[in-house]
Order: sequence, then structure tokens, then C-alpha cells
Amino acid sequence: MKPTKNFLTARFHSLNAFTKISASTALAITFSILVAANQDAPANLATMKGAIRIDGSSTVYPITEAVSEEFSKVAPKVNVTVGISGTGGGFKRFCVGETAISDASRPITPSEVALAATNKVEFIEIPIAYDALSIVVNPKNDWMKSVTIAQLKKIYSAGGPKTWKEIDPSWPDRTMKIYSPGTDSGTFDYFKEAVVGKEGKVRSDMSVSEDDNVLVLGVSGDQDAIGFFGMAYFEENKDKLRAVPVVGSAGSPVAPQASTVNDGTYPLSRPLFIYVNAKSAGKPEVVAFVDFYMNKADALVSEVGYVMLPTDILAKSSANWKARKVGTQFVKDGNKVDGSFSKIYK
Amino acid sequence: MLASCLAATTIAVLVLSALLISIAIEGTSALSWSFLTSFASRKASQAGILAPLMGSVWVCAICAIVAIPVGIATAIYLEEYARRSRLKSLIQLNISNLSGVPSIVYGILALVAFVRFFGIRSNDDPLTFGSPESFMYLQIPFGPSVIAGGLTLSLVVLPIMIIASQEALRSVPQSLRQAALALGSTQWQVVWHVTLPAALPTIMTGAILSMSRAIGEAAPLLVIGGFLLVFQTPTNLMSDFTVLPLQIYNWAGRPQAEFHKIAAAAIIVQLVVLLAFNSIAIVIRQKLQRPLQS
Repeated sequence: MKPTKNFLTARFHSLNAFTKISASTALAITFSILVAANQDAPANLATMKGAIRIDGSSTVYPITEAVSEEFSKVAPKVNVTVGISGTGGGFKRFCVGETAISDASRPITPSEVALAATNKVEFIEIPIAYDALSIVVNPKNDWMKSVTIAQLKKIYSAGGPKTWKEIDPSWPDRTMKIYSPGTDSGTFDYFKEAVVGKEGKVRSDMSVSEDDNVLVLGVSGDQDAIGFFGMAYFEENKDKLRAVPVVGSAGSPVAPQASTVNDGTYPLSRPLFIYVNAKSAGKPEVVAFVDFYMNKADALVSEVGYVMLPTDILAKSSANWKARKVGTQFVKDGNKVDGSFSKIYK
Repeated sequence: MLASCLAATTIAVLVLSALLISIAIEGTSALSWSFLTSFASRKASQAGILAPLMGSVWVCAICAIVAIPVGIATAIYLEEYARRSRLKSLIQLNISNLSGVPSIVYGILALVAFVRFFGIRSNDDPLTFGSPESFMYLQIPFGPSVIAGGLTLSLVVLPIMIIASQEALRSVPQSLRQAALALGSTQWQVVWHVTLPAALPTIMTGAILSMSRAIGEAAPLLVIGGFLLVFQTPTNLMSDFTVLPLQIYNWAGRPQAEFHKIAAAAIIVQLVVLLAFNSIAIVIRQKLQRPLQS
């Protein structure tokens, strides 16, 4: 870019005053016409070019996969690429500017915000759906009719019991096979905080994977297995898994489904996000993609098995996107903001 | 002795054919022209492997362009020029060691060196050369692009390439070199006109081995970029990509049986590509091979 600019300026200075003025006027007019044309004309998706790199949560992946597949049908020349590194792994790449969009199944953390700041990466935070984190067991498991948060805490805490019987005496005296998303996963972070507690330690003697499909395979293949992941992975594999209703604050077991997420009775529901690099948000292809994402999310979110955000939050998130509001609402002065999502998000 | 060797061979062949047959049974039904010409999809019946197929071709081509000349040149230096010294034995020792290093380690090195350029310049604000229209379009740092992928694989296969080329050069009879030197050739003329042509067929075998290794690698590419879902074939050096092993890994890991079928179909394609690579190399070898006495 630089040499051309210098070359132009040099040429420009050698012109006489009159030509200079008329040239600048002409330039200014052309420029304003160009800008106006750019703003008014709807972006022509079929001829639009560019590349959009996306990485992050495997929980959000089914939505992003569906959206980018549909998007690439209308904008075939935009190269959309999606990876699954987990929420944490995705942010490691996003915060150094390697990716344009990061999928996240939890809000960005203070240390990730700091990493982004040192790399001068600004971002726009967009909630896109609700998930009911599902506790799943094998369909052959006929003893675990419901589970309390306290029981889950017992199962997943460090030094926890080895057999089902140790949790409930009426359950079989067999060793549990415990599955969990890996530590780079936002689902793990959410679960740790919501179930095991901030101070608690999650046990290390369990099978972990960042890829939820591996967990599905593990739980569906073993009668004594238990695991947890996003609702879409349960919906997709309903024939191989059983979701255990979780005892909510009212004291009765609640199944993970759209209605219980919407009325707030399911205790393990949480928002899912995409984070957009603010610099990338200046590129027409990224703008077109995020617009497309928010327009299509309605249909695709329920298609893949998640729950649509309530209209008031949806209105806020699209207003924030339109205003290109940078930064996160979940970190303040280097500390995490506590409280429920619907109260924090503005 | 003969019986035990025969038994070992039979077991190997049986296991291999069981593997191939099961893949063929599972995969052939999913193989079709549209499978080769369409992009990934969340529905197995519509999914295709165009992006990973072309990604593999690009990455392996870049890898071959870098690794084969550099490998041969290194081997020539070590075999024909370098004197017996501590430095030479140190280099030799390191090359032998590197050929045994797990490929994921090269992935970590490449992530820092090629994808991020040691953090000297942010990926958010890259140095740009050329326009995206041209295939030589380049940005520094490379980011998780085909050129970063190709260079990563060339790191993985370089030690193999060097060792194979060295073996080939070593097998050229000393008398040939001496004859050429006696006729007044310079050291370089000996290498270029005598040693290298005589060793080339064996070097090509080394190149086949290295490229077969490169096309099957998933781990180092997963570390540098690991995009699983790509909707375009590469158009320039900076294009994002995915490769066949990554796509197979992703599909085979999904719980739905339909995805296992297309994973098997992709394995068949991968084997065909591998065979094509090998047969090209065999043809080149046949063309080049001349008897030493004529």
C-alpha cells in the first residue's frame, strides 16, 4: 500500500494550485459517490469475496456449521472456515487476531480480555442462543431417574465416589464411567462453576475430550457411563442417549428442553455467544456473514437443537451489533461480573 | 524359520486386506461424483470432499516443492562436500533424531514460526504482498494458510527425505566419481553429471516415501489451523484449507452411522490419491533409470 500512496502524493504536489483544487473536488465527489453506493446498495452476496476464519466452542459449532453452510450457498466466493478448538482454545487464537469470529459457550474471561488488549484486538460480543446443558446417561441406565445438583457435585468433584451405590444406596454397586468436556471447553468452565463451585476441584480420573462427539460415542457405548454437553448433541443422538432431568429450585426434576429453558426452570441453562473481531467487522464479507447469522439464527438454532433467545435479549444483541459496541459486559475492571445472564446483558 | 516369516507376512496381509475390505464395503455406496465435487455439509447425504481433496493437493504440492530440493541439496552437501568433522557428525545425529520426532512437535514449532512469526507482527495487521487475485498473494505472518501447512509438512518429511537421499548417494560406486575426477571434472560437475543422475531413481523412492507420509499427516495441521469445515478450494498461497485426514478424523468421530460411511468413502479417495502420487513417482523413476554400464 505505502509506495503507491507516496507516489500519488508526490505526483499531487507537482500539480499547480488550480488543478489541485479541481482534482481534490473531483476526488471528493467520486469518493462520496463510492461511499454512498457502498452503503445504499445491498451487498451483492453472489460476487462478494474474502475469507472468514471461525474457531472455538464445539457446543456452538452445530449452529455455526449450519449458518456457514447456508451462507456459502448464497455467497459461494467467501471462504468461510470453521474449527473446533473449544471455547478457551478458540479465544487463544481470537485474542491474537488469528480468527475473525470466535464461538463461545461462556462469556470471555478477564485473562482473555487482557490477552486481547495486549494484542490490540477489539471485539463485539453477541449472544445467539440458549443451551440447556444436558446430563446424559446410557439408555440402559434405568436407575438414575433424576439427579440433584448436589449429587452431580459429588460425582464430578475431586476424590468423588467410584460407584453408583455411593451416591444413592438404591443404585447399583458398579463403577461409574465419567465423561466430561476438556478444560479448554466453555461447557467445562460453566459446569465447574455452576455445579462444582468456584472453590471446588473437578476430579481428574475421568475421560475428557474437547470434541462432544467423542463424549456421545463414549456414553452411548457404556451402560455405566455419565457425561454432559450442549443440548444439540443430545437432540442429534436421542436414540443413543437419555437425558436425566435435573432437580430445579422448585424441588422437582426438570428435563432439558426449550420450554423449561424459556420459563427459567431448568437449572443448567446458559447463553451461547459469538465474538466478532472489531477490525474484521469493517469488512463487508464479515458484516454480511454476521447479519446472515443473526437473521437465520431463528430457524437454524432450533433446527440444530438449541433454544432461541427471548425477544428482548435478541433486540439488545442486534442493537449492540448494529452499533458495533466493542468490549464485553461480563468483565469489569479486570474482574468477572457475577449474576445471571439476563440481568447483566444490556 | 521360513514358517515363522511366512506366518508373519500372512498376518500382515490378512489384517491389511480385512481393513481394506471393510472400508470398501462401508464406503463404496457413498462414493459418487457429487461426493467428489461438493463441499462439507451438516447432512451426511449432501456432504462432499472437494475442499479437503484440493487442500491436500495444494499442501502436498507446496511440501514437495520445498522438501525435495532442500532434502537433496542437504544430502549432497553432507555426502559429497562436508569433511569428516564434529559439526558434520552433530548435524547427522540431529537429522537421524529428527526423523523420529512425533509430527505434532513440528506442528507446535510451525504454529510459532510460520503461523505467528514469533509474534513479531500481529496476525490482525499483516504485511501484505500482491493481490488476493494472484496465486502468489502473500501475507506475513502466514496465518493458518496453505503455505503454512505446506511448510509444516515439509519440516515433517525433511529428515526422511535427507536420509533417503544420503543413502542413494552413498550407493553410487566410488569408481564413477573417481573416473569423472580423473577426466578433469570439478567437484560440482561430478555431482551434477555423474553422482546425482546415478542416485536419482533411489532418491525418487525416498521422495515417494516422504510424500506418502505428508499426505497422511493430520496432527501437525490440526495444531497450526485445524479448520474442519471449509467451503472453498484454495485459490492462492494464503487460502485457508483443510486436508483429507482431518476431514476423515472429523467424520469418523461423529456418532451418526451415515457420517462413518462418508468417512470410509473419503478414506478410499485418500488411498486413490496416495496411489496416484506413488505411481507418478514410479513412472519418473522408470524413465530416469539407466543401467550403470552401457
